[in-house]
Amino acid sequence: MNLFVDAIDWILDPANWTGLNAIPLRLGQHLVFTLVTLVIASAIAIPLGYLIGHTGRGRGLAVTTSGGLRAIPTLGLLTLVALWVGIGVVAPYVALTVLAIPPILAGAYTGFEAIDRRTVDAARAVGMSELQIVRKVEVPLGLPLLIGGLRSATLQVIATATLAAYVADIGLGRYLFTGLKNRDYAEMLGGSILVILLALVLEGIFALIQRFVVPRGVSGRLRTGRTSSPSTSTGTSSSTLRTDRRTALR
Amino acid sequence: MTWVVANLGLIWARMLDHVVLSLPPIVLCFVIAVPLGWLARRYRVSRGIILTGAGLLYAVPSLPLFFVLPAVIGTGLRSPLNVIIALTLYGVALMVRVVADGLESVDADVRQSASAVGYSAWSRFWQVELPLAGPVLLAGMRVVAVSTVSLVTVGAVIGVQSLGSLFTDGFQRGIQAEIIAGLVATVTLALLFDGALVLAGRVLMPWTRKVASVRAPAPAEVSAA
Repeated sequence: MNLFVDAIDWILDPANWTGLNAIPLRLGQHLVFTLVTLVIASAIAIPLGYLIGHTGRGRGLAVTTSGGLRAIPTLGLLTLVALWVGIGVVAPYVALTVLAIPPILAGAYTGFEAIDRRTVDAARAVGMSELQIVRKVEVPLGLPLLIGGLRSATLQVIATATLAAYVADIGLGRYLFTGLKNRDYAEMLGGSILVILLALVLEGIFALIQRFVVPRGVSGRLRTGRTSSPSTSTGTSSSTLRTDRRTALR
Repeated sequence: MTWVVANLGLIWARMLDHVVLSLPPIVLCFVIAVPLGWLARRYRVSRGIILTGAGLLYAVPSLPLFFVLPAVIGTGLRSPLNVIIALTLYGVALMVRVVADGLESVDADVRQSASAVGYSAWSRFWQVELPLAGPVLLAGMRVVAVSTVSLVTVGAVIGVQSLGSLFTDGFQRGIQAEIIAGLVATVTLALLFDGALVLAGRVLMPWTRKVASVRAPAPAEVSAA
């Protein structure tokens, strides 16, 4: 436990709160980096996912590509891109955007697919145009699963941004690598604790958001489908989606 | 390409290191997650505790965990045990939820019928509920296998040798072929593990073969996630 005391001392050491290597600065870099990556990935994945979800076309391709992308080790992609574009922040941005796309894409199209077809047909029957169906029916109803996808992507990017410090002078991961180089375990452990805390705080925030974006009247929608008739197709797809949401993490 | 040909021995050695690091977590997490998942489904209180704990554990990034584990369990920083234990924890975190969901998906009527024809709670679990939850468990294990193989590479930055060492070495020496070889080898290994699991599923759950064509989309979707 002495090691943890050293790590806490390192975190609280005023010397680590000023200058170019200050904890607030590194934390800010980590957050900005995560946010920018997510915005770029969302700009690509959400429209594409909605298109796939609404038309039902290209789903097989999306599943295969995103599955394949997940098998690719982050470190490999990161180092390879870093060799191509040089040491700096460009490589992590490229590599992490690529990694953040699959969970967001999956969240977007599974969100549309989870909607009861009768609801969409009813919207069409009362005279809504396709664009209105997307905007007023599918987007709100699919929001919980999309947020789930964003949650997965965020955690993945926060985690991988730590690894990004291996090829760039950025984020909280720097403490891990400088500590490793200087054999300063307090710094490595202190940095690790900060990253873990950051990840857990964001996980908590997303759990709250996810609870609030469920439209009124449909909250508990997935659950009822599951418990009343687990063997029907509704039951299977909803339990699949729940797994989907959790497993899209890394 | 010349680099690959000249270093086939090295790639093979790292591949074996990689298997040694990734196989124990995959097997162990299943063994640990089945009883935990059962417990999570059985009682309301344990469900909340176990599933929340699993969710939080899964949110912990891998690299920091590799640094924290030595302080908790007293291993050396570069010990392969850190990687094995950390990845087992991730596997458990993911599989506990899958096991709980899988057991939940077993039809209540089937469960009652099994009790009615005389199964004890113990044998009903092993002979009825677990096999029927099998396809869901298999889908979960496929995700665990692929992500474990991928995460083992991260250990390379703290000095635990695996195919990930080809990334760090290739990066430091500027050899692109070495990184690409590492990527190809890692993805190949992940596919091999995945294939082995699918095969095991066919052998252990022969009844899923007939309906495979009808139900195929569901497992594929989970594995993609």
